[in-house]
Amino acid sequence: MPVVLDADRMARSLARIAHEILERNRGIEEVAIVGIRTRGVPLARRIAKSIHDISRHDVPCGALDITLYRDDLSGGPNAAVGPQPVIRKTEIPFSIDGKLILLVDDVLYTGRTIRAALDALIDFGRPRAIQLIVLVDRGHRELPIKADYVGKNIPTSPTQNVQVHLLEIDGRDEVEVLP
Amino acid sequence: MKKDLLGIADLTPDDIYRVLETADAMREIGQRPIKKVPTLRGKTVVNLFYEPSTRTRTSFEIAEKRLSADTLNVAVAASSVLKGESLVDTAMNLEAMSPDMIVLRHASSGACHLLSRICKSRIINAGDGMHEHPTQALLDAFTIKDHKKEIAGLKIAIVGDLLHSRVLRSNALLLTKLGAELWVCGPPTLVPPGIECLGVRVTTSVDEAVRDADVIMMLRIQQERMQGAFFPSLREYFNVFGMTAERVRLAKRDVIIMHPGPMNRGVEIASDVADGPYSVILEQVANGVAVRMAVLYLLAGGVEDEAAA
Repeated sequence: MPVVLDADRMARSLARIAHEILERNRGIEEVAIVGIRTRGVPLARRIAKSIHDISRHDVPCGALDITLYRDDLSGGPNAAVGPQPVIRKTEIPFSIDGKLILLVDDVLYTGRTIRAALDALIDFGRPRAIQLIVLVDRGHRELPIKADYVGKNIPTSPTQNVQVHLLEIDGRDEVEVLP
Repeated sequence: MKKDLLGIADLTPDDIYRVLETADAMREIGQRPIKKVPTLRGKTVVNLFYEPSTRTRTSFEIAEKRLSADTLNVAVAASSVLKGESLVDTAMNLEAMSPDMIVLRHASSGACHLLSRICKSRIINAGDGMHEHPTQALLDAFTIKDHKKEIAGLKIAIVGDLLHSRVLRSNALLLTKLGAELWVCGPPTLVPPGIECLGVRVTTSVDEAVRDADVIMMLRIQQERMQGAFFPSLREYFNVFGMTAERVRLAKRDVIIMHPGPMNRGVEIASDVADGPYSVILEQVANGVAVRMAVLYLLAGGVEDEAAA
């Protein structure tokens, strides 16, 4: 099953998530959205735009790079030997204190990226709450982490590879599962 | 990146751009309310400084702390070095306590290369004699890139004590690798023979060096390394080679003035230039922390050769 989500269904999933956010959180004034680099960032922007289209409300949008918070950098017992991953900029141009932060990533898998993102976010302040949005949940969690909004649940085996392509980065909207 | 950072000579342009890009991301950490990330947690870094230093040592220490490394400063003035211990013995003893990195400043050229051969720890050169000072050149390039976007094609003038300057050597190697047009200028007694082989243009006329320059970098007169009389007096040096507002006017309108510090005001640079609107001297210091964080982060990772093996 190569393509599991095409452009049309991806757009509908994101629109549904925007509606769910508005339904579950009255007082959207105190909400901000933060995408995890790389592909969480355009997803966050799209959801912010949907929320704006529905409620006429501007949601501040940020980008988070979690590389410096990873648990598999060299040095640890499970370190992959190799050059360090590239770090990109974290840009959160607003205070997160007291806000509801919607954290966005493309694929939820082991949960380790989200663990790192939570640590990174908390270094910026004390949000009122953090909720997690993912486009795809592929299972196989290694940490007790659960998404609040899921675009699509896709059962996979650990050997498979889930690839999310986004228009802004890859030129097309598509989710594939590769063997 | 290789195991150690010994000099700019070992770096490819890609390595240099990688450091500069990483430093750009690191800079943001210094603007947060909590200026710390857990990346180097559990790593031990020894700062071994055999020469006096304020900027470089504090800059490394702040960079290490912002990355959560455990840092240890060996103040040579209060160490066994005074009892006659050699550099190699000191390093072997430190090595026995298994640090991950050693940041070394030493008065002898090549001291870092010596340690690199005998130590498993990664060695970062924080200035060795009259040889290289790679992190200074990287932070200078970062500052230039910040203002000018591209380094290739810029006219850059370096004026001052060329003979004793490791900052000059590292900068000449780096800036020519990235395609800048580099002019160097100083009194003939302070121009090392054969400097042209670094790919620089040499002149003894400050006006010629500075004319239409995009960047002017002043070097300190290093009196502590001077055993002979290289010029008649400091006043005369200032009159002939000092950077004055009048000379700055010969450069491009958007010129930036740099100095690696510490400055001798009234010797190589006039106070009104050092504190003037074109000066980016304090930006260089601020950028030093981000660049050193980038170097520490990149060296803490695996080595590319190892990954291939």
